[in-house]
Amino acid sequence: MNEQKRLSVIKTPFLDALREIYPADRLLAGSVQALAYESDALTAFNARPQAVVLPETPDEVIETVRLCSREQIPFVARGSGTSLSGGSLPVAEGIVIALNRLNRIKRIDAETRVAVVEPGVINLDISRAAEPYGLYYAPDPSSQSICTIGGNLAFNSGGAHCLKYGMTSNHILGMTVVLADGEVVTLGSASLEGVGVGPDLVGLFVGSEGLFGIALEITVRLLPKPERYCTVMAAYDDLGTAGDAVAQVVASGLLPGAMEIMDRLAIKAAEAAVHAGYPPDAAAIVIVELEGETRQVDEEFKALQAVIQASGARHIHIAKDADERARIWKGRKSAFSAVGRLSPDYIVQDGVVPRGHLGHALTEINRLSREYGLEVANVFHAGDGNLHPLILFDGNQAGALERAEALAGEILRMCVALGGSITGEHGVGMEKKAYMTTMFNETDMDTMKAIRMQMDPGLIANRGKMFPGD
Amino acid sequence: MVKAIESCVHCGFCLAVCPTYNVLGEEMDSPRGRIYLMKSVLEGKIEQEDAQPYIDRCLGCTACVPACPSGVQYGELLIGYRGQSEAQRNRPLLDRVQRTMIRETLPYPDRFRLAAQAGRIGSLFEQALPEQMRAMIGLLPQQLPPAQPMPEIYPAKGPRRACVAFLSGCVQTVLAPDINHATLRVLAENGVETIIPRGQGCCGSMMMHIGETPLAQQLARKNLDVFPTDVDAIVTNAAGCGSGMHEYGLLFAHDPAEEQARAFAERVQDVTVFLDSLGFRPPQPLPQPMKVIYQDACHLLHAQGIQAPPRRLLGSVPNLTLLELNDGGLCCGSAGTYNLEQPEIAGELGRRKAERIIRLGADAVVSGNIGCLTQIRTHLEAKNQAIPLYHTIQLLDLAYHGAI
Ligand SMILES: Cc1cc2nc3c(=O)[nH]c(=O)nc-3n(C[C@H](O)[C@H](O)[C@H](O)COP(=O)(O)OP(=O)(O)OC[C@H]3O[C@@H](n4cnc5c(N)ncnc54)[C@H](O)[C@@H]3O)c2cc1C
Ligand code: SF4
Ligand code: SF4
Repeated sequence: MNEQKRLSVIKTPFLDALREIYPADRLLAGSVQALAYESDALTAFNARPQAVVLPETPDEVIETVRLCSREQIPFVARGSGTSLSGGSLPVAEGIVIALNRLNRIKRIDAETRVAVVEPGVINLDISRAAEPYGLYYAPDPSSQSICTIGGNLAFNSGGAHCLKYGMTSNHILGMTVVLADGEVVTLGSASLEGVGVGPDLVGLFVGSEGLFGIALEITVRLLPKPERYCTVMAAYDDLGTAGDAVAQVVASGLLPGAMEIMDRLAIKAAEAAVHAGYPPDAAAIVIVELEGETRQVDEEFKALQAVIQASGARHIHIAKDADERARIWKGRKSAFSAVGRLSPDYIVQDGVVPRGHLGHALTEINRLSREYGLEVANVFHAGDGNLHPLILFDGNQAGALERAEALAGEILRMCVALGGSITGEHGVGMEKKAYMTTMFNETDMDTMKAIRMQMDPGLIANRGKMFPGD
Repeated sequence: MVKAIESCVHCGFCLAVCPTYNVLGEEMDSPRGRIYLMKSVLEGKIEQEDAQPYIDRCLGCTACVPACPSGVQYGELLIGYRGQSEAQRNRPLLDRVQRTMIRETLPYPDRFRLAAQAGRIGSLFEQALPEQMRAMIGLLPQQLPPAQPMPEIYPAKGPRRACVAFLSGCVQTVLAPDINHATLRVLAENGVETIIPRGQGCCGSMMMHIGETPLAQQLARKNLDVFPTDVDAIVTNAAGCGSGMHEYGLLFAHDPAEEQARAFAERVQDVTVFLDSLGFRPPQPLPQPMKVIYQDACHLLHAQGIQAPPRRLLGSVPNLTLLELNDGGLCCGSAGTYNLEQPEIAGELGRRKAERIIRLGADAVVSGNIGCLTQIRTHLEAKNQAIPLYHTIQLLDLAYHGAI
């Protein structure tokens, strides 16, 4: 008897109740199936859930959450499982609610520039659907070709172009959610005009990392596509100088659409993956993109060129057409995964430093990398001061993971000491919960916990994440 | 296999392009999930049998390979894994019968012809047959075209610019012999002389694909022996064969024939790539403007990275406008023997493809693989759409002869 058949005879009251909601092919309770869901993009953590369910309607999600609440069984919402902090890591005694089949774009209103979507819709698919109207959804995490809007919302995800337009929270107007106790509420508003009335409950839910409940329907803001892009790639002989250049662009008053840095290792990996045309011998490149109306972009370009020339750039290159621009971004967005070519394992950190300290922080990371004898690749949202050091190690070597984690910890503490934060966009999840108290004092922590208890007294939604000691 | 597994960083980028993930939306049916399951089987964490349904559902379309920034060679992993697991597995009787039929007929044109004719008779009893068998019969044409023997040499028209050796293939020779003859004529129009080596046979790639490694080697070895080495290229018009023959080096890894196999693989070119690099001579203008959808065959686009050459050839025909499906080259569900083995998913992918084609509207659909053409025709017909379908080379041939 194969596993599928063996399983269909396992009976527990909870599984039986789930069978009332889901047909057999959407209730995955086999060990092979649980195994496939045991990690997100951070494989250092894994846990096999009791079952994974694949709802196809919001009502099925609501029924499932109500059942979990009644039986006090923990659940974890999952989008595409690209979290880098263990956010969608399952809870062993609980279930995973995989939202991938809730992926309908329900409405695009070109006039009011909003889209209403289900949580499993892929980020990039919103822009694809909005394209015929000359609109797009601005937040562009590097994982945008596969991450879901529900995951973006839970993590308040960012992306290269969030420098100018803000993170996910700036683009979510309203949502319907089922809270952990099964109550269904609508937060925010379906239009731009309704924003700003009453307490900002949308702001509270965005970034709550799946600890309050599950978003079922989301209204997002769309923007008109810029008339013109100007993508500039400047090469530097030294990573610190590249960091200082970014600070100088910010200080000059320019507000580019995006401003990113990649160092030598990241360039090497991305170049091997997509042949983006990056200068192979640079110690670092800064990618700056201006966007907007043609006249304004042309003017800003003159100012930008002056700043960059004065910043010690060795070489400046401007993307000559849409194809080249696409390649430059494809390389940048592939960089994390491409680092897999250089090393069997790595951890990505996500700390933030005030932009004026970028050069200093990068030099310090370099020093720590030498001290620990571990290579670190850097590719990050420089305009936001949001670092992404990728610490390379070989998990097969005894003690390597621990050394990498210790190095990561030093980097995070440095970020906080410089007046920054432990995470810019990847979330606390499992991975950074031990650092919460480095950043927040007891009162802060107590307030956060009190709010959570209001939403989820049984701690069944994404149990064990975000708060140390949970 | 270990290398492929180790370089996967579990980022999920490949999920976006995977047809089975698109249809099913579950992790086990994604490239990332499959790699994880194969890894766990190899590490002895789970039973091969329990993981097998998900590995079986993989189309082998290799869309996940170019999509992977980390350079995971999923195609090699899959072939290696299937080769290893096929030897150990216990298939149900019906599966075994069907596989034996596939193994014993598809690679051999004469046998396949007989079987296909018999299949048509079998269709009288179609309703009484199990689903899998019905799928097999449903794909056969109502009537087989008459066999058209191939010459030994087909001369160039005018001065000779190049000389190639041609693989005539197996299934395609039976189902659409005209594609091969059209290929000879189009090559000739471009000043290419073609040798059709006697004694050649099936390239073996379909067998490699489904894990029948020893049979694949046996078939390939024959071709290594009969194909000349002093030609400008070994040309094929079948996407699957081209990509399979590019893997000959892998198929013969650690075999005394490895060197020879690698050299062979390097000379293999899809006919569109060969013509494009030779410098294509555009046909006369079409009598009327024509809108054509070019459907990427997985084994051209994903497995061999061939995107521009066929489009350039077609685009050079005056009065022909190319339309793009813009679906990232999502597999149509044909994928070798897949529509025989996984009729449900294959059917869903075929339906989706047909719907996109109908929505876009075109005077013809063109593809570089007979499997795709058969699959798309089946699903267009199911929607009562009579859009003509051609192999890329057939359309070019018709254009040269003003017959379209
Ligand atoms: C290569 C790579 C590059 C990346 N680049 C970026 C980047 O540039 N910027 C960035 O911000 N992030 C980035 N990420 C991280 C990740 O892609 C984002 O965090 C993304 O938002 C996760 O989406 P997901 O659909 O994969 O969610 P999952 O990983 O499945 O889930 C993430 C969290 O959201 C919760 N959740 C999911 N759906 C819902 C819902 N409907 N309601 C409530 N909670 C829900 C889950 O419980 C979990 O806590 C990157 C990841 C990778 C692997
Ligand atoms: S894209 Fe590559 S590295 Fe990422 S999950 Fe897929 S196979 Fe693994
Ligand atoms: S080969 Fe095709 S079907 Fe198989 S995992 Fe890769 S993308 Fe999916």
